[in-house]
Amino acid sequence: MPQMNMVSAIQDGLRLEMAQDERVVVMGEDVGALGGVFRVTAGLQKEFGQERVIDTPLSETGIVGTAIGMALNGLRPVPEIQFGDFIYPAVDQLISEASKYRYRSGGEFACPIVVRVPVGGGIRGGHYHSQSPESMFIHTAGLKVVCPSNPFDAKGLLLAAIRDNDPVLFFEPKRVYRALKTEVPEGDYEVELSSCKIVREGTDVTVLAWGAMLLEALSAAEEVRSKDISAEVIDLRTLWPLDVGVIADSVRKTGRLVVVHEAPKTCGFGSELISLVCEKAFVHLEAPPRRVTGWDTPFPYTLENEYLPLAHRIVPALIETARF
Amino acid sequence: MIYLTPRPEHGPNGEGPGAAGHVMSVLDESGRPDPKTDPQLDLALVKRMYVAMARARSIDQRLTRLQRQGRIGFHVGAEGEEAAIVASAAAMRPQDWLFPCYREVAAALWRGLPLQAYIDNMYGNANDLPLGRQMPDHITGRDVHFASVTAPIGTQITQAVGFSWAGKLRQLDQVTGVYFGDGATSANDFHAGMNFAGVYKTPTVFLLRNNGWAISVPSSNQSACERYADKAIGYGIPAVRCDGNDALAVYKVVDSAVRRAAAGGGPTLVELLTYRLGPHTTSDDPTVYRDKGAVTEAEMRDPIPRLRKYLAGKGAWSEADQQRLDEEVAHDLQQAITRAEEAPAPSIESMFEDVYERVPGHLHEQQAECVAGPRAHKRH
Ligand SMILES: Cc1ncc(C[n+]2csc(CCOP(=O)(O)OP(=O)(O)O)c2C)c(N)n1
Ligand SMILES: [Mg+2]
Repeated sequence: MPQMNMVSAIQDGLRLEMAQDERVVVMGEDVGALGGVFRVTAGLQKEFGQERVIDTPLSETGIVGTAIGMALNGLRPVPEIQFGDFIYPAVDQLISEASKYRYRSGGEFACPIVVRVPVGGGIRGGHYHSQSPESMFIHTAGLKVVCPSNPFDAKGLLLAAIRDNDPVLFFEPKRVYRALKTEVPEGDYEVELSSCKIVREGTDVTVLAWGAMLLEALSAAEEVRSKDISAEVIDLRTLWPLDVGVIADSVRKTGRLVVVHEAPKTCGFGSELISLVCEKAFVHLEAPPRRVTGWDTPFPYTLENEYLPLAHRIVPALIETARF
Repeated sequence: MIYLTPRPEHGPNGEGPGAAGHVMSVLDESGRPDPKTDPQLDLALVKRMYVAMARARSIDQRLTRLQRQGRIGFHVGAEGEEAAIVASAAAMRPQDWLFPCYREVAAALWRGLPLQAYIDNMYGNANDLPLGRQMPDHITGRDVHFASVTAPIGTQITQAVGFSWAGKLRQLDQVTGVYFGDGATSANDFHAGMNFAGVYKTPTVFLLRNNGWAISVPSSNQSACERYADKAIGYGIPAVRCDGNDALAVYKVVDSAVRRAAAGGGPTLVELLTYRLGPHTTSDDPTVYRDKGAVTEAEMRDPIPRLRKYLAGKGAWSEADQQRLDEEVAHDLQQAITRAEEAPAPSIESMFEDVYERVPGHLHEQQAECVAGPRAHKRH
């Protein structure tokens, strides 16, 4: 099986689906000749032509609004937003339109678009190239939100997302893009949407993470092993709709919960995850659930490693929660 | 398709409904002025503009090297666009304001931002005015009437219109210039800003740096409008096209737009035709998407040698002057870089400040937790 990084795995998924489904079009700023600023779409325009790999004008509302229109007329657009931080000009189209089209039309129309969005910090990008905007989209009924942590899941989730009939926000952790290679099957496969994965089994504390922070959670879990703490790490993979059963079962087993995310703490997805666990497994909790997150400040440039909830901040949270 | 400077036509100052076909120009490629359009600027002023342009070029080259050496994280250069940036800033009056995109640091330096402040920003150190919170080249310059640089494309355009509108409502003698690129004309804020400025006749000068590219997208694919200046027609705003690599022409058209705005005549869209000689930023590799030939061709229209030839022709610039300038810039830069590299990183505490006017309770708590907490292993 070939080894791929996340950039190649996503590209492989796009290439595969474009070859077998001519309704799929890729569009966005610089996705054509350049192949995207992260080179995820490199080579696709050469292969599939300018009508299927489209360099658009610089307008996120233009990109998402026209993608919705294309989807309404039978295509399967996969628009790219160059950085998650620049998705805001398109939020009207996402929050007021894509999310509600099915509902407001009584199911007459659907918006099968997959908006690919590089997100997250750790690339020295300051506030406008580092943010993690998942919460606002999870909060919007009608959108699916996906965030893979590794190349294998990235390709499989992307294929599942493109074939899904609802609008999907596909968040790609930039920090992971070229950070690791894993085995990625060459052909077709899907990773089911709304399926969490227990990536490390443990008995003392459940750790929830996704995207780039999954790796941090894993290295923290490894580090606390020497302190006789056995952490169970769950990769959410799809943030919404959530596979809450796996999470609740895990907490019933461990009795303890730590959630890790890059986005600011307040109204971050961690708040929702902890509420859900309290609703479903309160009597099993043996310690207050903990959040290890970005601070409630804009994302800073120089001090980004103090901002991010990296392993050095996860470790003490695991120890304190396990020993509470 | 690659943007090519049309052979500049002679014409009136240019303002009118839309841009007509005129491209204001003064200097030809060998730096000879056209007597019909020459604004006869004071040579001392031209010399100052030249020095600022040449300094900007040297600074860009040095910063690019520092980035390659890993000493700074990132740089946005403006090579080739120095006349568009410096001469437009030079035509603004001291009481006027500039709202920048991210490529106009030279305009802030022209207005008096100290070089050290800029270099500290490039290092994001404790002496950086925004305390290392923003990426390099994202400066802020209230003292020199220069708004804080942002990355989201176009947002400064509506803000600049509001700023100039407030100036009008407050009856201040103040004009606001706003820089943005050809790519930004596709953004919502360009349309909203132009529309408001037209409706309220705000004293705004829209400085459209048409450098031929928005990262990899050529300006010919960004819009079906052949002349970007024509976009002004739809908003009832006069426009002028100008050879943006011709400092004297840029000064002339911006000066007249500023005067018109100050006299209550409302906004102008100034399209500055220039060319991005370098990569979009140090993160970009333009060889993937553009021909070397186009760049070589554009280098022939480099604004800096052109203005130098003009000055030399007037006996106002010599080889010795050039050598002195190069040495001076190298020295000033070295000094600023050394100081910036010696400065510490911003304090952890500072990360939690300026989110609000006063640090609220929840941030106090987080600040204390972060200060006391385990430190990242990685150095910043
Ligand atoms: C809203 C938004 N979308 C995308 C980007 C990413 N981006 C940064 S610069 C740029 C191109 C801008 O081109 P132009 O306006 O012509 O300015 P230039 O860089 O040529 O000076 C893009 C797409 C951004 N900064 N903001
Ligand atoms: Mg441009």
